[in-house]
Amino acid sequence: MPVNAAKDDPEKARRFREAALPHLDDVYTLARYLLRDATDAEDAVQECYLRALKHFDGYRGPAMKPWLFAILRNVCRAEFARRASSPTGPIEDVPESAEQTPLWNEAQETPEAQMLRTRDAATVRRLVSALAEPFRETFVLREINNLSYREIANAVGAPVGTVMSRLARARAMLRTAWTAEEEQPR
Amino acid sequence: MTCDEAEILLHALMDGELDAGHAREVEEHIAGCAACAAQLAAYREMSQAIAAADMKYTAPLALRRRIEASLPQPKAEAPSRRVVLRGFTLGSAVSAIAATGLVAIVLRDDDRQRIDSEIVSAHLRSLQAGHLTDVVSTDQHTVKPWFNGRLDVSPPVIDLTAQGFTLIGGRLDYVDARAVGSIVYRRRAHVINMFFAQSSNTERYAAKIETIQGFNLKGWSDRGLDFWAVSDLGADELSEFCDKFESAMRANSEG
Repeated sequence: MPVNAAKDDPEKARRFREAALPHLDDVYTLARYLLRDATDAEDAVQECYLRALKHFDGYRGPAMKPWLFAILRNVCRAEFARRASSPTGPIEDVPESAEQTPLWNEAQETPEAQMLRTRDAATVRRLVSALAEPFRETFVLREINNLSYREIANAVGAPVGTVMSRLARARAMLRTAWTAEEEQPR
Repeated sequence: MTCDEAEILLHALMDGELDAGHAREVEEHIAGCAACAAQLAAYREMSQAIAAADMKYTAPLALRRRIEASLPQPKAEAPSRRVVLRGFTLGSAVSAIAATGLVAIVLRDDDRQRIDSEIVSAHLRSLQAGHLTDVVSTDQHTVKPWFNGRLDVSPPVIDLTAQGFTLIGGRLDYVDARAVGSIVYRRRAHVINMFFAQSSNTERYAAKIETIQGFNLKGWSDRGLDFWAVSDLGADELSEFCDKFESAMRANSEG
């Protein structure tokens, strides 16, 4: 039976729609945290879906979400390159020292001092957005997008060990910022 | 294990990423180290606060439409139209029965049959365009809170993506004249509606697969909830789904 390319396309589009569109909010969420700008995030997500459709034939699973995230990440890197003059810097710009500095050590704190008050979503979003890359990315992938360490490692192209140390750093930094936030009278 | 090691590994512990052996090592260290125990408690608390805060953004409708519009448009979906027609036929029969005012909570066998066909009917209705999900998300922490205030039971929303069943959202439905929840999963092109409702039946009754109008349906009760999984998946795959759902649920409530 001859395969008609034009007939094949809507079928591919249907499969793509079913596989990729349910993740739109997740992809958009990651774009918002990576780019910290609503308009840029929309553009990046649209570009991500266009690229994903184009490469969908080569997609072999297993998980669609990390695959989309990896594409989005590449789109964002292009955006960072465009913004090169801005202080945000490219996503891969990991200061060596940042990876190596010891974790925040709060061993002296009493458990009472560590109680965190629940913050409203806007505050928490702001605190997370303020985290430096690549810690913010790893943190968002884990805590907000619920990826496993292995999936994060695949999406960001780093070893699992790096993911673990970035996540530990991210949480330590966020906790510090969170606690500092509570101490300020608001 | 040193505190330095524990400081990194406690994150993997709370994220459920450690194998049993390492988890035990970290737990042993934490049991004997107040500082690390306090750290773990603080991080857990922060994680919970983050899960409770709504950290996700929703893609703007305009963006969704732009992306939809950029995709090649599919042809009319012939199979689902047939499914919908069958749904209408069954639907009217079922509403006629529902209109007689049966509000059975105690499931007798004839009631069970009737409810089984209502469940299939609800599944068919859900396949009509635009009514599969009320909340669209692959994230159990988005789907679960959505049901708050809409149902009198806490929904067992379980992410089975790793097991090959993608969570795609949740929906409120009406079966047997009362609100029931549905958690919607997908395997390949097959939709699974996982209905659940409060049950007066506290005893576990074993799942059994029935075939109604070509759909497979598996119903069971557990811990005060009635469950019905319905799909056009084959009986073996639906059983696989139910087994994974049940064991994940058991792990959740014990863990």
